[in-house]
Amino acid sequence: MKRLAKWRLISLFAILALVLSGCGKPYLSTLQPAGDVAEMQFGLMKLSTYIMIGVIIVVTVIFLLVLVKFRRKDENMIPKQVEGNHRLEIIWTVIPILLLLILAVPTVATTFNLANVSPMDKKNADGKHNVLVVNVRANLYWWEFEYPDLGIVTSQELVVPTNQKVYFNLKSSDVKHSFWIPAVGGKLDVNPENVNKFWLEFDNKKADEAGNLFYGKCAELCGESHALMDFKVKAIDKDKFQTWVRAMQNVKKPQEATTASAQEGQQIFSKSCIGCHAVTPTNSTPIAARIAPNMTNFGERSRVAGILPHTKESIKNWIKNPEKYKPGNKMAGKYPTMSDAQLNALADYLMSLKVQK
Amino acid sequence: MSTYAKKQGFGATLWDFLTTVDHKKIAILYLIAGGFFFVVGGLEALFIRIQLAVPNNDFVSAGLYNQIMTMHGTTMIFLAAMPLIFAFMNAVMPLQIGARDVAFPFVNALGFWLFFFGGVFLNLSWFLGGAPDAGWTSYASLAVASKGHGVDFYLLGLQISGFGTLIGGINFLVTIINMRAPGMTYMRMPMFTWATFVTSALILFAFPPLTIGLVLMMFDRLFGAKFFEVSMGGNTIIWEHLFWIFGHPEVYILILPAFGIFSETFAIFSRKRLFGYSSMVFALVLIGFLGFMVWAHHMFADGLGPVTNAIFAVATMAIGVPTGIKIFNWLFTMWGGSVKFTTPMLYAVAFIPSFVAGGVTGVMLASAAADYQYHDSYFVVAHFHYVIVGGVVLALLGGTHLYWPKIFGTMLNETLGKITFWLFLIGFHLTFFIQHFLGLWGMPRRVFTYLPGQGFETANMVSSVGAFFMAAGVIVLLINIITTSVKNVRVGNDPWGDGRTLEWALSSPPPFYNYKQLPLVRGLDAYWIEKMEGKKGLTPAEPLGDIHMPNSSFLPFMMSFGLFVAAFGAMYHGEHGTWAFPVLFLGLAITLGSMFLRSVKDDHGFHIHKEDLMDDDEKGVKA
Amino acid sequence: MHVEEKFTHETWPASPEKATLEAKNKFLGFWFFLGGETVLFASLFATYLALKDRVPNTHQALAKDLFELPLTFTATMLLLTSSLTSVYAMYHMKNFAFKKMLLWLGLTVLLGFGFLGLEIYEFNHYVHAFHHTFTSSAFGSAFYTLVGFHGAHVAFGLLWIITLMARNAKRGLNLYNAPKFYVASLYWHFIDVVWVFIFTVVYLMGMVG
Repeated sequence: MKRLAKWRLISLFAILALVLSGCGKPYLSTLQPAGDVAEMQFGLMKLSTYIMIGVIIVVTVIFLLVLVKFRRKDENMIPKQVEGNHRLEIIWTVIPILLLLILAVPTVATTFNLANVSPMDKKNADGKHNVLVVNVRANLYWWEFEYPDLGIVTSQELVVPTNQKVYFNLKSSDVKHSFWIPAVGGKLDVNPENVNKFWLEFDNKKADEAGNLFYGKCAELCGESHALMDFKVKAIDKDKFQTWVRAMQNVKKPQEATTASAQEGQQIFSKSCIGCHAVTPTNSTPIAARIAPNMTNFGERSRVAGILPHTKESIKNWIKNPEKYKPGNKMAGKYPTMSDAQLNALADYLMSLKVQK
Repeated sequence: MSTYAKKQGFGATLWDFLTTVDHKKIAILYLIAGGFFFVVGGLEALFIRIQLAVPNNDFVSAGLYNQIMTMHGTTMIFLAAMPLIFAFMNAVMPLQIGARDVAFPFVNALGFWLFFFGGVFLNLSWFLGGAPDAGWTSYASLAVASKGHGVDFYLLGLQISGFGTLIGGINFLVTIINMRAPGMTYMRMPMFTWATFVTSALILFAFPPLTIGLVLMMFDRLFGAKFFEVSMGGNTIIWEHLFWIFGHPEVYILILPAFGIFSETFAIFSRKRLFGYSSMVFALVLIGFLGFMVWAHHMFADGLGPVTNAIFAVATMAIGVPTGIKIFNWLFTMWGGSVKFTTPMLYAVAFIPSFVAGGVTGVMLASAAADYQYHDSYFVVAHFHYVIVGGVVLALLGGTHLYWPKIFGTMLNETLGKITFWLFLIGFHLTFFIQHFLGLWGMPRRVFTYLPGQGFETANMVSSVGAFFMAAGVIVLLINIITTSVKNVRVGNDPWGDGRTLEWALSSPPPFYNYKQLPLVRGLDAYWIEKMEGKKGLTPAEPLGDIHMPNSSFLPFMMSFGLFVAAFGAMYHGEHGTWAFPVLFLGLAITLGSMFLRSVKDDHGFHIHKEDLMDDDEKGVKA
Repeated sequence: MHVEEKFTHETWPASPEKATLEAKNKFLGFWFFLGGETVLFASLFATYLALKDRVPNTHQALAKDLFELPLTFTATMLLLTSSLTSVYAMYHMKNFAFKKMLLWLGLTVLLGFGFLGLEIYEFNHYVHAFHHTFTSSAFGSAFYTLVGFHGAHVAFGLLWIITLMARNAKRGLNLYNAPKFYVASLYWHFIDVVWVFIFTVVYLMGMVG
C-alpha cells in the first residue's frame, strides 16, 4: 500500500509543477491565458486547485498514518468499537464549509462579471454599437463571423483587434455547437433556438507569443466531424485590424483573377461554386442563403477547410473528396466532378483571393 | 408442497432462472447480465482508446466512433453499473435486514427482465443498421437530426430498461420499510441497506423525467411531434433539463451503493464498527437530497444566465461537505482498527485517494466561471471517470470479491484478486489522470480524432496504454472466476471471519427462504454482537413455524418480451407499416395479456412446513 | 389473518387494505408508484408550460382560441363525481358490502367513460375546427401529450377496475382482493387530482391567455 500512496504523492507534485509552470501550447492551452477572461478563469482554477491540494494533503496524511499504524498484526486482537467523535465530526464539517465559501465568493463574482454584456445593448445615432460586436453562426462543420456594424462577413478565420473587449452573439443554423477559444476564454454553447452573448478580450503580448493565431474549437458533439470543426482566430493590434476592415470593405464586387489559370478557375467557380460560396464580404444576403463559408479573403487564411495546411495541394484534395477529410460535411456531392486541370485552376483562383495585396 | 429440494439438469436450471422470483437468483441474473455488458462496454472503451492513441488515426471511421462512444457511455451506465449495483442490492440487502424475500418478488423478476430485454434491444442496433451516435446524453438537436434508427434503439431500449429500474427501486423501498426483522430499527440498518434505501428513493424520483424525455424524443423521431423542432416552436433545452434532472441524481444512484459497499468493507476488515454511523446516514440522505438541486451545473455553458449559474454553482459545492464527512469517517473507521488487506479491502483503500481526486475536481467544476473552460473538455472526461471508475467500478470489483462467497458459496482466489486489483488500479490512473491535462490543454471531449501539432500526442498514448492495463485486470478476474468455480471449494457462513451484519450468519449461499426463524436484532452489527457474546448463530425472534413463499412465474419474462417485440413495431412503422403495425400490436398484446393473466390468476404462493425445515437441520441442506 | 379466509360482516377487519403483509406492501408500494407518477406528470406540465402557444406561424390557434369552458367544465365535473363515487365504493368495501361496492364502482366506470368520450370529442373538435394537431406545432405536441397521457391513464384505470369487477364478481370480498380494489381506487383518485391541475394549468390559465 505504501507504493500506491507514494504514487499518489508523486502525481500531486506533478500537478503542482505542471500548473505552476504552465503547459500546453500558447495558442491553445487554458493554462496559458491570453486574455482577461481566460486570466480570471485561470485564477479560479489556481485558487480551487490550491484549496483542493490542501484537502488532499490532509487526507493523504491521515491515510498514510492509518495504513502504516493499524495493519493487523495480532489475529486475535479485537479493537475498541468506537461510535464516533463529535468534536472531530464538527471539525470536518465546518472547515470544508469555510473552504468552499472561500471558493464560492470569487466564483459568483466572476460568473456575473463574465456575463456582463450590457454595452451590447447601447447603440449610437447610426444604429451601430459603440463596441465591436461579432455575430458567430455555427454550421455543420464550419463557422461564419459577421461584423454587423462593419458590413463584413467572413468564415473560418475570426479576425479581432487585441486589447479591447469583443462582444459575441452566438447562434446555430442546425444542431447545437459550442464556441471555444481555449487560450482566450471559456466556451459558450451555440444553440439553435436562442442567441447567446458573451465577451472576450485578446491580450496583445500573449497574441504575439502565440503567433497571432489562436485555435478555436467546437466543444459540443455535433455529428461525425465534430472533432474537425476547428476555426482560427487572428488577433492583431487595433491599427492592423482597421486596415483589414478597410481592405475587406473595399471589396464591393468579386475580385477579378489576374493569371490565366486563376481566370479559368474563376469561371469554374462562377459556374459550380458561387451558388453556395460568396466571394464578397457584404452581408446583404439573407442568413438562410449563406449556406457555405464566405471565400472573400480565402487566400489569406491559414487553413483549408479549417483543418488542412494552406496549400494548393490541400485545396485540390479537399475539392476532390471532401468526405475523406470531413466526414458528413454538407459540401460533398453538391458540384460536378472536376478534372485535375480544373482543380488546379480552381486552386489557383482560390489562392488569389486576397484583400490585402 | 415441499418442492424446493429437487435435482436439476441444465434445462431445469435454465427454466428455474427464467421463472425465478428469488432475490438471490435474480441477483445472479443481474450479475451475469451486468457483467456481460460491462465486458461489452469495456471493449468499446478499448476501441476508443485505440482510435485516439495517435493523431489522425483511422482505426474506426468518424461515424462509427460516435456510435462506439455513445454505446460505451450508455452501456456502462445503464447496462453495466446499474444492474451490477442491483445485483448486490438483491443479493445482500434482504439478508441484511433479516427478511425472507423482497416485498414484491414478482416485480423484482419483472424489473430484471425489463432491464435485460431493454439492454438486448439497445445492443441489437449494432446488427440492425448502426448504433445510436448522439452521445449517452443524446442532446435533442443532434439526436433528432441523427439519421437511421440508432437513436431510436436508444430511446426505446432505455424506456424499457428504465421502467425495470423504476419498479426495482419501489420494490427495495417497500422492502426496507416493511420487511425489516424485529429489532432492526432504521438506525440499526447496515450502511449498505441505507445506501440501497436512499438510492431507491433517488431512482423513484429521477427516472420519470428521463422517461418523459425519452417519450418526447420518441414522439419527435417516430410520430412527427415537434417538441425539439425549433422551426415549429420547439425547444431543445427542454431535453437538457429533463435529461440532467435525471442525470445528476443518476450519478448518486451509482455512487451511493458504492459508498455502502465500502462502508461494509472498511468495518469488516478493520474489525471495527463504522465511525460516526449517524453522521454517515445523515450525509447519505443529504447527498441524495442535494443531488436533485444541482442538475444545471451540467448546463453551465448553455447560456442560462449568471443568476442560474451562480445558484447551481454554490449548491453543487455544498455537496462537497457531506462527501467529505464520509471520507473522514471511513478513514477514522480504520483508525485504531486492526486492518487486514484482503482483496476487497485493497479496493476500499484505493478508493479513498481515487475518489478524493474525483471529488476535488468535482468542486473545481462547480466553480461556474472556471467551468466554462473545463466544460465538454477532456477535463470533464477525467473527472467523471475518476468518480465512476474510481468510485463505482472499484466498489463493484471489491464487492464482487467480498460477496462472491455469499452469493456462490465459494471464494475467489486472493492472489489473482490482488493481481487484478493492481493491474486495474495502475491502468485506471494511467488512463485518466493525464486526461485532466488534455482537457486543460484544449482538447474537447467526444472527438473521433485530433490533428497533430496541438501537443496532445504523448498524453493520449499514455492514456491508451493505461486502458490495456485495465483490460488485463478484467481478464485476470475472469480467469479467477472460472478457475475457482471449477474447483468450487465450499465455504462456511462467515468466510472472511470478521462479518458483522446478518448476512454473514447465514450459510453460503443461504437457503432459499433465508431465515428459518426471523432473527432478533439487538443493535448495529447484529451478528458481531452475537459473536462477541460467544454465540454461534443469531437469536431467533419467533418460534419455528411454516414459512410462506412466493411462486415462480414465467410472466415477468413474457411481459418484458412483449415490450421488446412492440419496440420493433414502433421503430419500423414509418417505413415498414405493413408488418410493423401488426408487430407493435402483437407485442403489446403479449404484455397486456400477461398482465391480464397475472391479474385474474390468483397467486397465493406456497408454504414450507415446519417439519421440512426441521429435516433441513438434520441434513444440513443448503438448498 | 389469512388471505383466503372466508369473512362475514362481523369478522371483516377495519382496514382490509392493510390487513396482511402483502396488502401492506401493496399499499405502500403503490403510494411510491404514485410518487413517481407525480414526477412524471410534473415533467409533462413543465414541458407544456415551456411550449405553450409556441407555434410556427400566426395562423395557428393558440390556447385562448381553443379552449371553451362549458366542455372542459363538464368533463371536470364528470371526473370529480367519479372520484366521489369511488369513495363510496371503498366505504362499502370496508363495510363488507360487496354488491353496493360493485354498484358504486360501476357508476365510477360509467362516469369515467363519459369523461373519456368528452375528451375524444374535444380532441376531434380541435383537429377539425382549428387544425390543431399533434404534429402541427410544438404547442400541439405538448398539449396532446400532456392531456393524452392523462387520458391514457383514465383508459387504463377503467380497464383495470372493470377487470377487477369481472374477476371477483362471483366470489365476493376477501383479504386477497380487497387491497386490489383499494389500490385501484387510489389510482383513480390520483388521476382525478392530476386532472384538477390540468384543468387549472392548461384550460383556465389557457383561456385567460
